[in-house]
Amino acid sequence: MSKLSLVLSAFIVGSASGFSMTMKAQTGSNSRREILQKGAAIATAIAAPAAANAYAVPDLNYPFEALEPYIDAPTMKIHHDKHHATYVANINKATEGKDEVDIVALQLNALEAGPAVRNNGGGHYNHAFFWDEMAPPDEAKKTKPSAALEAAINKSFGSLDEMKAAFEARAAPGALFGSGWVWICVSGDELKLVGTPNQDNPLMKGVADSVMFPILGLDVWEHAYYLKYQNRRPEYVSNWWNVVNWDKVSENFAYVTEKKAGVPVRG
Amino acid sequence: MTTAAAIKNTIAPALLRAASVHVRSSALPASLIASSAAHLSSSSPSSAGAGAGGGKAAVLPDLPYDYSALSPAISAETMELHHSKHHNAYVTNLNVALEKLDAAVSIGDVSSIVSLQGALRFNGGGHLNHSLFWENLCAVGRSSFPTSGPLKDAVDSRFGDFESMKREVSAMCVGVQGSGWGWLGYDAKTGRVEAATCPNQDPLKATTGLVPLLGIDVWEHAYYVDYRNVRPNYVNAIWDVIDWGKVEERLAAAK
Repeated sequence: MSKLSLVLSAFIVGSASGFSMTMKAQTGSNSRREILQKGAAIATAIAAPAAANAYAVPDLNYPFEALEPYIDAPTMKIHHDKHHATYVANINKATEGKDEVDIVALQLNALEAGPAVRNNGGGHYNHAFFWDEMAPPDEAKKTKPSAALEAAINKSFGSLDEMKAAFEARAAPGALFGSGWVWICVSGDELKLVGTPNQDNPLMKGVADSVMFPILGLDVWEHAYYLKYQNRRPEYVSNWWNVVNWDKVSENFAYVTEKKAGVPVRG
Repeated sequence: MTTAAAIKNTIAPALLRAASVHVRSSALPASLIASSAAHLSSSSPSSAGAGAGGGKAAVLPDLPYDYSALSPAISAETMELHHSKHHNAYVTNLNVALEKLDAAVSIGDVSSIVSLQGALRFNGGGHLNHSLFWENLCAVGRSSFPTSGPLKDAVDSRFGDFESMKREVSAMCVGVQGSGWGWLGYDAKTGRVEAATCPNQDPLKATTGLVPLLGIDVWEHAYYVDYRNVRPNYVNAIWDVIDWGKVEERLAAAK
C-alpha cells in the first residue's frame, strides 16, 4: 500500500472508530470491525491511483511444458511467472501516475526515460514478444516462412539456413557477451541481424544504428537456459529453432512491413 | 622430430617470448598487463594447454577448498559448474585469444590486434575476476570480519560501520542490470576503500583504477541453481562465506 493510502486509512479508521462509538449508543449493533473494513475500502479507493499503466503479464498460449524438450517446463514457469512478472511490476511502478502509453510506443524513447523504463519497459516488451513467437515443437514444425518473408530472408541472408547460421553466430557467448537478445529486424527494405545488451531492443532510439522493427528475437540471458543447459548456450540456441512459430514470424514481418511500427504484444 | 613438432617446440616458444615483450608494450592498459602477467605464469608447462609452449598460458587455479565448502550459501553444484565450466571456459578462450594476439603482434598485424580486444577483455576479465573471487570466499566457520585493524578502520571510515557497508554493497550488487560484479576496492589516490560495480567481465582495476579487495559475482550463473531469480537472497547469503582475512591481506598489499 502506498504511504498516502496508509495515512488515509488511518484517518478514516480513526474517524470510523469515533463514529462507531457514537453509533453504538444508538444502535448497539454496528460492529467496529464492519466500520473499519468499510473505512479501509474507502481509503484504498481514494488513495490508489486509477491504474494508469496497468501493464500485465500475458498468459502463455501453451502450457509451461509445451516447449519440451527444447525449453524445459521449470524454466518456462520461472521465466514467465518470476522474471517477466518482475519487469511488469517494475514498469508499472516506474510509470505510476503518468499518462497511459502502449508498451510498444514506450520503447522509442526508453533510453531518455531512464534506466527504470529502459530495463523494465524493455523487459516487458521483449518477453511478451518472445512468448508469442514460439509454439510446441509439433506445431512449430508445420510452420514455415511466408513467401514474402522467404524472399526477404533470401535477399538479405542468402537462404534460411544461412540466416540461422548467422543468427547462431551472433548469439554465441563470445559474440553477445553477458546478457542480451538477438533479433532479426526489418530495416528499410532489408532484414538485419542485431544483438542488443540487457533488456534493450532495436525499437529503442539510440540502441541500434537506427530504430528497427524486430520480427524474431531470442533471449540469451542465462536465466533463459541455465536450468537445462547451464553454460551451454550454443546448444540452447541451436535447439531453439524447433519451437519457432514461423507463421507468427511471417505475421510479424507483414505487420512491420506495412505499418512501419513495432509488433504489438499482449499485456 | 616432425616439422609440426619442430614448430611447436622451438619456433612457437620463440615467437611467444618475443611476442610477450611486445604485449607488455602494447596498448593494453598497464594494470591489465601487470595483473595478467601474474595470472599467466604457469607452474607446469604441460598443463598450459592451447599450445602455448613457452608456458605463459593462463591456467585454471585450483580452489582453496572443496566444492561443498561454501554450502549452504553456495551449493557444491554451483561451485563445480562455476569453476569447472564457466571459469574454465574463460581460461581456454583467453589462451586462444592470447595465441592469436601473439601471432598478430609478431607480424605487426595491428588490425587483428585491435579486433582481439573484445575477446581479451571478456576472457581476460573473466579469468581475473573469478581467480580473485575464489580466493575471497571461504567456509562459513572461517568467515569473520576483524574487530580491529586497517580493514575495519577503512570500512568504518567510508561506510560508517560493517552493517552499513554490507547494506550499501548489497544494494549495488542487486542493482546491477544484466551481468556484472560488485566490488570493494582500494583507491590509491584517496587511500580509501570504495564500493563499485562493473558490467560483464570488465575487470575492476583496468576499468576504474580501484584495486580489487572483494568481488561478488552477480552473473545469473553465480546463483541461479541455488536462488533462481532471487538475486537478493544470494547476495544476503554470500556475506556468510567471505574470507575477510584475504580481503585485509589485499588491502595491505595495495597500500
